[in-house]
Amino acid sequence: MQMYMQEVGALTMRWVKRLSRERFSMLFTLAQPMVFWLIFFGNLFQRTANTEVTQAPSYIAFLAAGVVVMTILNNGLAGGTDLLFDKENGFLERMMSTPISRTSVVISRFLFVMTITSGQVLVILGVAYLYGVHPVTGIGGVAVIILIGLLFGVGLTAISMALAFSVKSHGDFFSMLGFLSLPMIFLSTALVPLSAMPGWMAFFAQLNPMTWAIDAVRPLILTGWAAALPKIGIVVIVMVVFDSVCLYGAARAFRRTLG
Amino acid sequence: MSSPFAIEVERLSKTYEGKVTAVEDVSFQVAAGEVFGLLGPNGAGKTTTLRVLITVLRPTGGVARVLGLDVVERATEVRQAIGYVPQERAIDRFLTGREHLQLLASLYHIPKDQAPARIEAVLKLVNLEHKADEVARNYSGGMKRKLDIACGLIPDPKVLFMDEPTLGLDVESRLKIWEHIRQLKARGITILITTNYLDEADQLCDRIAIIDGGRVKAIGSPNELKSGLGGDIVTLTLAAGDLDKVEGLAQAVKGQAGVKAVSTKQHVLDIRVASPEAALPAILSAVTARGCRLEFVDYHRPRLDDVFLAHTGRRIKDE
Ligand SMILES: Nc1ncnc2c1ncn2[C@@H]1O[C@H](COP(=O)(O)OP(=O)(O)OP(=O)(O)O)[C@@H](O)[C@H]1O
Ligand SMILES: [Mg+2]
Repeated sequence: MQMYMQEVGALTMRWVKRLSRERFSMLFTLAQPMVFWLIFFGNLFQRTANTEVTQAPSYIAFLAAGVVVMTILNNGLAGGTDLLFDKENGFLERMMSTPISRTSVVISRFLFVMTITSGQVLVILGVAYLYGVHPVTGIGGVAVIILIGLLFGVGLTAISMALAFSVKSHGDFFSMLGFLSLPMIFLSTALVPLSAMPGWMAFFAQLNPMTWAIDAVRPLILTGWAAALPKIGIVVIVMVVFDSVCLYGAARAFRRTLG
Repeated sequence: MSSPFAIEVERLSKTYEGKVTAVEDVSFQVAAGEVFGLLGPNGAGKTTTLRVLITVLRPTGGVARVLGLDVVERATEVRQAIGYVPQERAIDRFLTGREHLQLLASLYHIPKDQAPARIEAVLKLVNLEHKADEVARNYSGGMKRKLDIACGLIPDPKVLFMDEPTLGLDVESRLKIWEHIRQLKARGITILITTNYLDEADQLCDRIAIIDGGRVKAIGSPNELKSGLGGDIVTLTLAAGDLDKVEGLAQAVKGQAGVKAVSTKQHVLDIRVASPEAALPAILSAVTARGCRLEFVDYHRPRLDDVFLAHTGRRIKDE
């Protein structure tokens, strides 16, 4: 156990060190776009968005939950990128030739991505706060939002790692991610509520785990515990299923490449 | 458990995804303390063999043991006993040299209070102390290679696997790496290297296995392999106009004292001689007697080059 802590700790610190040296690219590629979505998209659609349709005091207030979950989505889907590079340049093989537990590298990656995601969710909520979006469920609600983020993020990061282990080339990885991420966003309740979507889009949105996550986060910000609790119950069930499927797939991909 | 061999490979095969057979029926043994080389051209299956030995690739046939431990069944124990220097520079450009070694020390579960001393010792061994705190993206190719080797030495391995340790390095760096390898051997470490440089195999390795197309073609010390060719080599190249005299000359040379074998290829005679003192004058008088005009004469002790050619039917691409 002590050995396991030692190796996972060292591997996680490696991700942290890399991040601290890539600070700028990190800031520009991950945090900023999401804040921009909130600020630009939120303000841009302020007047066109009908508050009776969104059922929110402002479009930014409505959008906040969507952008929070988009952050989780993007971080999770990008979570395997560094492992892809490690696989390509042989660093992964070097790590696998040492007597570490076969799960340590993956676990360190989960720990790292989850920590970063939680931090970014707080940033988004902070920016929303400056625009007058104050989560009605308070600190407790924010904590639950982060927990939902972690639940969703595990599955997404697993998908990303599975892709990183399976793809033949790096171009494949990034085009698959691009292919996944936009439909996930548009076929969800991130930007508009289900009731405002064309029927076929609403149909797909209901199959999207992202919709369930947003539907639980949104009442935590806008309405209150009473409305949120049943949604939270449902999202926990949806995410347990989603995570199990993703982790199973990832474990298979991992074993196929690394025995 | 106790086996006289540090590495044993028996009838090893590896077929990738059921299609590409990279290694087929490979067997060899490496004695403890030896520097053993796998010599072969690109795509011969060297890296594949090594990957099986360092436990990151499952063989599709045969067995391999390191220090008597099966690399599949007892992979964790094998991993504890070996060091690995991969073919590609497996370096994280964002980390410093020291951070690489700290990471590796943790992955080998070296206690925190012992790690710094080990890291210093390894840095010193490869002469990288002065660059240890610089990020690896600023390293030259040779420095990256040294860091690679340092990483492989962190566990203080009993057996070290090095995949093409000097590939792409300048002459000076190559010689330095050879020197490091000799130092490691002097400490009693068993070393398996792969290479496609003939001089590296010749000068560095106690024994080599020539591998081509996934199969072992010959095994032995460089000297054994050379004497196995049966004598020194005399090559006569006749002038283009004397093509018709080649066969006659070959017949005449065959019977001479000290000559062991003769073969011809267009206007070239390839003659193997046991005792050059006796054979050379006899060969030259046969040439004069038959009035052949020589364009070129070459005499040399067999080189690894000739060994490779004899066993694989082609020359290794030698940069
Ligand atoms: N992951 C892989 N999937 C499919 N085929 C592979 C894979 N790795 C290697 N091969 C094939 O197996 C054969 C042997 O490759 P290997 O890397 O072992 O050769 P090598 O002797 O190390 O060559 P080099 O000197 O170029 O490093 C080659 O034909 C190669 O194309
Ligand atoms: Mg190779």
